[in-house]
Amino acid sequence: MYAFEYRRPATLEDACKALDSLAESKPLAGGMSIVPVMRQRLASPAALIDLGRIDALKGIGVPDGRLRIGAMTTHFAVSRSELVRSKIPALAQLAGGIGDPLVRNRGTIGGSLAHNDPAACYPASVLALDATIHTDRRDIVADDFIVGTFSTALAPPEIIVAVSFPPPDAAAYIKFINASSRFSIVGVFVARSGGTVRVGVTGAGHHAFRCRPLEATLMTAFDPQAARAARLPSDELISDINGSAAFRAHVIPELAARAVEHCMAGTSGAIV
Amino acid sequence: MATVRISLTVNGKPVVSDVEPRWPLVEFLREHLGLTGTHVGCDTSQCGACTVHVDGVALRSCTLFAVQADGCDVKTIESVSAGNELHPMQAAFHQHHALQCGFCTPGMIMSALDLVRREGYELSEETIRQNLEGNICRCTGYYNIIKAIGAGAKAMRNASAG
Repeated sequence: MYAFEYRRPATLEDACKALDSLAESKPLAGGMSIVPVMRQRLASPAALIDLGRIDALKGIGVPDGRLRIGAMTTHFAVSRSELVRSKIPALAQLAGGIGDPLVRNRGTIGGSLAHNDPAACYPASVLALDATIHTDRRDIVADDFIVGTFSTALAPPEIIVAVSFPPPDAAAYIKFINASSRFSIVGVFVARSGGTVRVGVTGAGHHAFRCRPLEATLMTAFDPQAARAARLPSDELISDINGSAAFRAHVIPELAARAVEHCMAGTSGAIV
Repeated sequence: MATVRISLTVNGKPVVSDVEPRWPLVEFLREHLGLTGTHVGCDTSQCGACTVHVDGVALRSCTLFAVQADGCDVKTIESVSAGNELHPMQAAFHQHHALQCGFCTPGMIMSALDLVRREGYELSEETIRQNLEGNICRCTGYYNIIKAIGAGAKAMRNASAG
């Protein structure tokens, strides 16, 4: 691996200063994506700014009715949090299904969102739950945050501080998993709040996206059979070793239907 | 390349060392401290042979830089037995023939101990299977590893009660 400079600031302010002053520097959260990528020499930042000891980025709370999760909160902590389990159990379910236990012990919600892997789980959830990404300088709604493949609205040296979610009336996440990589081949997160239904999809496109046709279908009738009957175009979907775009277009409505079934049963989803 | 001074605890002993930021923790443990019980299997964050505990939590030491462990309490497989007396989890691996070549075993045991920390002493086969997702064995087919972890967890409860 190429050499790099390492800094470990104690405050958010110092982290921003370091990112601003050091050329080609990157923040280091849990490192579950960037470290393997660097070791394969697919990325070679000149400096890593370790966010691991900044207390302001940790913790889970409900300050104003919204569930707020600090950027450096691990997947394991989210999966076990009583607050998350009571406010948005589907989010705890999602966090408990990311990667493997060794990844969940270290990987963070902020790191996952900043990396924005097109098959990662969290991007689907922030879209479906209408979450807001809070950075050191502004608030970004999820619809504006997810921009492209491994690409977000973050403007370096911007740092994610926390993510906040309005608790929905019902939500569930169904992950059709690649047994080897543990990423989604397709993942569908359905959230219903009053008469509004949002459907976040990951693994199927060049980045996570909202499936507007399914949202319209489910707002007309929040019914698994309605979701199953939906036919989606495959032009924007990806084909890879795990399945063709047409296959994914077929799987998305099925997973959405199962998510609706979970919503109606008061359960939070599954890995299939 | 400039080095960074780190102070940490490794298997209960204080260690102060100058490391390059790019050294993975596993390289530091093996090459600089001579703790070769922690293995490098895939070196790409998949196999779990390099699993160690950092501040009580199991992690892949190929996916953590040694500098990130500054100030931390690191425990490797070398810390698990009490002298020549095997830890109950190690003894269970022995009794249940849970290893063939043994290469993955240090990581399996460190993950198994973390599993007991998270889930307690009563582990269903399903729980053990789900939680071994991060550790790959190319010999055993896992069956005896799963038996051993279930038995090892029960033995740990008995040992802690005793």
